[in-house]
Order: sequence, then C-alpha cells, then structure tokens
Amino acid sequence: MNAKNLPKEKFIFEETDKVERILSQYPDKRSATLPLLHLAQTQHGFIASGAIDTIAELLDCHPAIVMDCVSFYTMFYTKHQGRHIVQVCQTLSCSLNGADAIVDHVVDKYGIKPGETTKDERFTLMKVECLGSCGTAPVVQINTEYHEGISQKYFSELLESLE
Amino acid sequence: MSGFRPVLTEYIQEKDCHTLSFYRSIGGYTALEKVLKLDPIDVTLEVKNSNLRGRGGAGFPTGLKWGFLPKDTKKPKYLINNADESEPGTFKDRLLMNKAPHQMLEGMIIAAYAIGCHTSFIYIRGEFYKESKILEQVLSEAYENNILGENILGSDYHLDVVIHRGAGAYICGEETGLIESLEGKRGWPRIKPPFPAIEGYLQSPTIVNNVETLSCLPHIINRGAIWFNSIGPEKGPGPRLFCVSGRVNNPGVFEEPMGISLEDLIFDRAGGITDNKQLKAVFPGGSSSAILTADEALDVNMDFEELVEKKSMLGSAGVIVMDETVDMVQACLNIARFYAHESCGQCTPCREGTAWLVKMLTRLVAGGGKPSDIDMIFEITDNIGGLIDFSKGSFGKTICPFGEAVAWPVRSFVEKFRNEFIEYLPQERIVA
Repeated sequence: MNAKNLPKEKFIFEETDKVERILSQYPDKRSATLPLLHLAQTQHGFIASGAIDTIAELLDCHPAIVMDCVSFYTMFYTKHQGRHIVQVCQTLSCSLNGADAIVDHVVDKYGIKPGETTKDERFTLMKVECLGSCGTAPVVQINTEYHEGISQKYFSELLESLE
Repeated sequence: MSGFRPVLTEYIQEKDCHTLSFYRSIGGYTALEKVLKLDPIDVTLEVKNSNLRGRGGAGFPTGLKWGFLPKDTKKPKYLINNADESEPGTFKDRLLMNKAPHQMLEGMIIAAYAIGCHTSFIYIRGEFYKESKILEQVLSEAYENNILGENILGSDYHLDVVIHRGAGAYICGEETGLIESLEGKRGWPRIKPPFPAIEGYLQSPTIVNNVETLSCLPHIINRGAIWFNSIGPEKGPGPRLFCVSGRVNNPGVFEEPMGISLEDLIFDRAGGITDNKQLKAVFPGGSSSAILTADEALDVNMDFEELVEKKSMLGSAGVIVMDETVDMVQACLNIARFYAHESCGQCTPCREGTAWLVKMLTRLVAGGGKPSDIDMIFEITDNIGGLIDFSKGSFGKTICPFGEAVAWPVRSFVEKFRNEFIEYLPQERIVA
C-alpha cells in the first residue's frame, strides 16, 4: 500500500474519450475519483503510482487525496496481481455451503495461500467477504465474472482452464 | 397467502425481460407517462399514502423521507439509487437489476420527478460488473427513446442518470457513507443531523432510495396506494423480495406479501432444510439482525413490527438458515470477521471492538478461551453497539448503525447458544 516504494512512471490514460466522458458526468470533479481509478486499473491490472498523480492532476487535488481512496477500497490494487483474480466468498451462506473446502483445495493443489499469486502468475487467490449472491452459494468471482453454485470439481476445472 | 401474484418479479422468467421492448409490452413506462402529467406534490402524496417503507434495511417510510427535503432551496436536488447491495444474505437487488432494470429505472424517474431532481446516480457495488453493463445498456436505450435526457416523453421535465461503481466497501451501503464515496472520498459515514435530505451529496438536498423501493413506484402509481396497502400488514404493506440462503434445499429470492410466516418461507418456498436436518437458528433480516432460535423462527411473521417484538429486525429480508450441523461459535466468528473486515475504521468502539471480537472468538475456537471471555464478549458488543433495548432506541455509540449491526447478531449468538461457547472452553479452566 506504500505508493512511494513503487517506481514512478508517468501514467497516461489510453482511453482519453472515456476520461472525458467520466469527468463530464459529475457536477464536481472529485466525484470522478472512483471511476477514474477503475479505468486506470483496467489498463495495468493495478493502480500504478503514476496513475495516482495523473488522476490527481485531472481532479485538481493532491495525490494523497486520491491515495486515500485507493487504500480504503478493497477493489483497488497497488501491486501487480496474477493474470486472473480468483475471489472466493467466505461469508456465512457460502461458508455453510462448502466455501472453506474450496479454498483449502487451491491451497493444497497450488501451494499458495489467500493473498498470494501462483509462480506462473496465472492467478491470485483471495478470500473475500459477501459477494451478494448467497442464494447460489458457494460463489467465486474470477476477474469480473461470477461463478455460482460451484462444486469443487467444477472449480478445479475452472482454474485449470485459466490461461 | 394464496392468490398473491408477484408484482416486482412477475416477468423475470420471460426471455429478454431486461429489454425496453419487453418492458413496454407489459405496460412499462405508462406510470411515468401518468406521473409527468401530475403535480410532483401529488406523486409524493400517493407514495406517502401507500405506506411504502424502504427495502434497503432500515425500513424508513419512503414518502416521509422525500417530505424532509427543503421546499424552497436554490440548490440542486439529487436522487441516489442505492444499488450497493452488500448485506450478507441479501441478493434481491442484483436480481432486479438483471431481470427488471427498466422497472427500476422507471421508479427512479418517478422519484426524481417527485422530488424535483435533474441529476440522479445509481451507486452500484463494484463487484456487480455484469449488472453495471446491463444498466449501461438500459440507460442508452432510455436516452435513445426519450425516456431520459431533455423533454422526457414530450414533457418539459429533464433528467440525467449516471452509473457510479463502488469499489468493495460494505459501509457504502449506509447512505451517508455512500454519499461520501460518491464524492470521491473514503466511505466514512457522516454525523447526522444534518440528514441527507437537507445536506447530502455536495451539501445539496439528497434522497437515497434502495433498488427494490424504487422498483415498487411504477406499480404504486399504476394501481394506486389503496391497492398497495391491501397487501400484507397495515404498518408496512406491499410485496417484498425475501432472500433465503444457507442450509435449505431451494435457496433463492421469493416475492411474497409482507408478513408471510418465516416457517412458510423456509419450509415451503425454500424447500425445507438440507438433508432433512433440524432447523437450529435463522438470521431473519441479513447478518445485521439478531438471530432467532428455531422455536422463535417458527413463531414469527416477516413483518417489521413482529420482528422488533422478537428483538430482531426485518432489515433487508435476507434470511440465512442454519441447521443442527452448524457450529454456532464458528458461525458467530464468521459474522464477526465480516464486520471486522468491513468496519470503516472511523469510530474507535467499532474499529477496535470488532477486531477484539475476532481475536477472542478465534482464540476460543482454537481452545485457548477463558471462562471470563463469554461475559467479555457481551461487554465488547455493548461497547460497540449498546444493549438491545428497542424501547429506548439504544443507538448511538458509533456514528452509523454499523455498531449495532455487529453488536446485535454477535450478542444474540452468545445469548441464545451460550452452552456451545462454554463447550469450547478448555475443561480444566471451567473446573478452576
């Protein structure tokens, strides 16, 4: 979470039209913070420290203000992640329907703990809190997609199919 | 409860039910056409008369909330659709956004018109990426068909709607945390008063309504407040989306009249307990509600008032079912961990207390508990969220109700299943 330890490379938004559109939607510039951070993250898979400066410039505020948001919200990453982000919901309904065994399976098979990335950088495993899909527990989110009511076997195949 | 026909979810099985053409084919946007010819005051009055209470969790009367807006302000007014669904056990708004997004949008435009708002936001939780894409499609259909933008459906009313994605913070479902987040800050709830209706987004009058609440509005306009009042109990009528999850055969979202018995929900709609096990305990209204024992659960209707009498709450109507195989100490730890993770960190009792609860429960589970721990858990929950005394309101140790939302369920676990907590204590310590 420490921005100053990361190499500072100038960050330039590739989709400038999207940046313009985002900025035009709000009556106040700073409201564009979260959408711009989301956009920045799609570019590299994490928020590079240069992106924080670029966004601060666009919003006319100090980079610390942008960093404040980055550090508060769990969906923003300040470090390089695996090519896929595998998030297993561990809150009650998922837990009651076998989510813990699903995590254990990954830990055993790939030798990584939650929060860690496989050596080949294929995926990062995360245990997350309620994904809002309790009726189809257990639920795993891989990148932006939900996989619901998964069995251990299906999950195992799913991980194998990731590139 | 026979003869009830779903209102909000009547068409969700139909093909392409999320599209504008489908929604129009079932009479979509006729309520909006009606509303645009009415005085906004009359729209608010109809909603007040319907006795619609918010479906997000607090159950606050919607019309009354709108009524708090200042009458003669020069500031712009904002409507925010709270689609940050993140209460464990709740997954109804996601269904509505997937299957009936135009119904929700029509509700939003009706609400925005009633309160005199011209810029409105949908604050959708960041994880709901697919739903945000559906909503983008819905908005562009609406703009193309003169349902949003200038001169909506030929009237002189104009409205813009913006989709705003959250980024993984439970607390942003609390309306002032949501507003802070929308303003580009961490989602730290604000001290109230002033309430958002007076000073909300950018210090302007703001109304925050839940997806399901807004989805009720087209129906209230088309069928009338009297019809809405005819469904379910007097003090909180209407259809309601009940989510049932956990150890049941047929989990899902069930639309029923407010006031359906919890027994019917669990044993009929949700198909009973998995593997024919016995019912042990239930969260009736999301993980922030105090749990009910099996006996209590079989003797209650899902109604705001009745659940308060049972010292719990209807909350978001997210029912989580636990059967006899569930270890109540582990379940309590699971919930405590959720709240410790999601505490925004602003207020000391909550930030520190939730972490303490997790530490103590983890230690208890690992076999290192002390006999005094059990009373200590009560002490901590009371410090975070106060004693459960509805007659005195008993809120107020933290800025937002998150404090109560962790204190009530954790306390109820220990109160109602104390023996299981004692069983985790190392034997020699009990003797000593």
